[in-house]
Amino acid sequence: MQTLDQERTSAPPKQIEDLSLLGEVSHRTAGVSRLEMCIQCGCCGGSCPSEADMDHTPRMLFAMLRAGMRHAALMSNTPWICVSCYHCVVRCPQNVHIADVMYTLKSMAIEAKLYQDSTAPDFSQTFVDMVEEFGRSFELGLATRHYLKHFPLRLPNMAPMGIGMLSKQRMNITPTRIKGIAQLKAVLKRAKEVEAAS
Amino acid sequence: MNKYILYPGCSMESSARAYYDSLKAITDIIGLNLQEIEDWNCCGATEYLGIKLTPAYALISRNLALAAQQADGTRTVVAPCSACYLNLAKADYYMQEQPVLGQHVNEALAAGGLSYKPGSLDIRHLLDVLVYDVGLDTIKSKVVRPLTGLRVAPYLGCMVPRPDYEHRWSDYEYPVELDRLLNALGADVIEFPLKTECCGGHMTQISPDTAFELIRRLVSAADEHQADLMATLCPMCQMNLDAYQSETNKFFHTSYRMPVIFFTQLMGLAFGLEAKDLGFGLELVSARNALAKIGIEHPAEIPTGTARPKKDGSLPMPAPLPRRNMHTEKGKVVK
Repeated sequence: MQTLDQERTSAPPKQIEDLSLLGEVSHRTAGVSRLEMCIQCGCCGGSCPSEADMDHTPRMLFAMLRAGMRHAALMSNTPWICVSCYHCVVRCPQNVHIADVMYTLKSMAIEAKLYQDSTAPDFSQTFVDMVEEFGRSFELGLATRHYLKHFPLRLPNMAPMGIGMLSKQRMNITPTRIKGIAQLKAVLKRAKEVEAAS
Repeated sequence: MNKYILYPGCSMESSARAYYDSLKAITDIIGLNLQEIEDWNCCGATEYLGIKLTPAYALISRNLALAAQQADGTRTVVAPCSACYLNLAKADYYMQEQPVLGQHVNEALAAGGLSYKPGSLDIRHLLDVLVYDVGLDTIKSKVVRPLTGLRVAPYLGCMVPRPDYEHRWSDYEYPVELDRLLNALGADVIEFPLKTECCGGHMTQISPDTAFELIRRLVSAADEHQADLMATLCPMCQMNLDAYQSETNKFFHTSYRMPVIFFTQLMGLAFGLEAKDLGFGLELVSARNALAKIGIEHPAEIPTGTARPKKDGSLPMPAPLPRRNMHTEKGKVVK
């Protein structure tokens, strides 16, 4: 991953399309994102509980989007570290839908296959796979599959907690399937077609 | 009797069973008629939104469509889970703010013979309905066993008070609704400065070290304020603070034992119900001592699995390695 200093000395974006990156992100965000209204005040980064683990603060990331730094912005771990606490959203003087912009950047990074660490994208994908299959989330299957793949060495540490949750029947051993799963699958299939066409 | 449509969400049937059990136990007492949406599906939590936009909103909106279909004389959907509440509220709000999103979602819903007109339902959180519809006077009048002397840290987490599209709460960062409700139960409510700080959310799965620090802040703050327990209204917060507390202790070499209980369980206690009927005993950090303080018997513990006893002839284990410091590693100041 390039540091921001290295990026600073490199040439400005060659393709003029890159300068439309900000608009593209804004357009793909649910609701009216107001991303274009960012005044670079930094309230977002200052309010963020997980900012210490981020490559770029949200403010920096939005400036990178405006500068057309597509690769660097999509490679940033920032959207993946965002915990969706909405502190920045309610404090933003320009009312930018910051958390929703982070969701957009995640989906764009997945589409472009740009991320440093696949832990978070895999977790989201596994969760979605389970929901699409059953219509409900399935914590035991999700946690086991995820930990086996990404934190196998932490599994023994997690065992007491897992056993505790199971013995107190706070985790279902088998998934629950909704009755209208065929209906849900049809809805999601059409939604994906609509998304691809728009 | 006020009638509402209930969207419980997946956690209420598994990890947050105590929340659902205690809610069912108190509804009759306070005159709340909750009718569960028939065949609801998962709201997608915070995961689906980061994958694909239209399918994520279609997934949420199937629930809205079913709720509107089954409404039968009411227009209020009640969600006790924070993430569910926010997702339903968010979908309803954004489909109004950006009509093209509503059109796309409705095209998708049509494939399943469903439709939803954005804005036709009110999405509200359980606490909002309890405080503003049922009312604190009614709740107070049902208290037969005040929780006098029980020090409670009210903890709401993020997604109920924020982003608050419909301006339903007294404040984004320091709302007082939960405090007032717990006060009505007679509890000794702490001014808890971190009441809407993040519990780590899904970070326990993705980047556990990040999550452990957020959990530590909350639990240690409650401990410093000498809370007997924390009362929450979010299944995710309860799960992170309760089930990951021992992991967090191991990580920081601390020894906190802070019970994290759903506020509906405390309501049940104050209404004179038995602890065993309110999901007590399901928490991993036991609330036994906290309940004993106000003279309430905690139900028998369900024993959790214990490790195999060590054989006496086993080899001695080496001392644990010194732990790397997560903050100094990146050249950052130790907080």
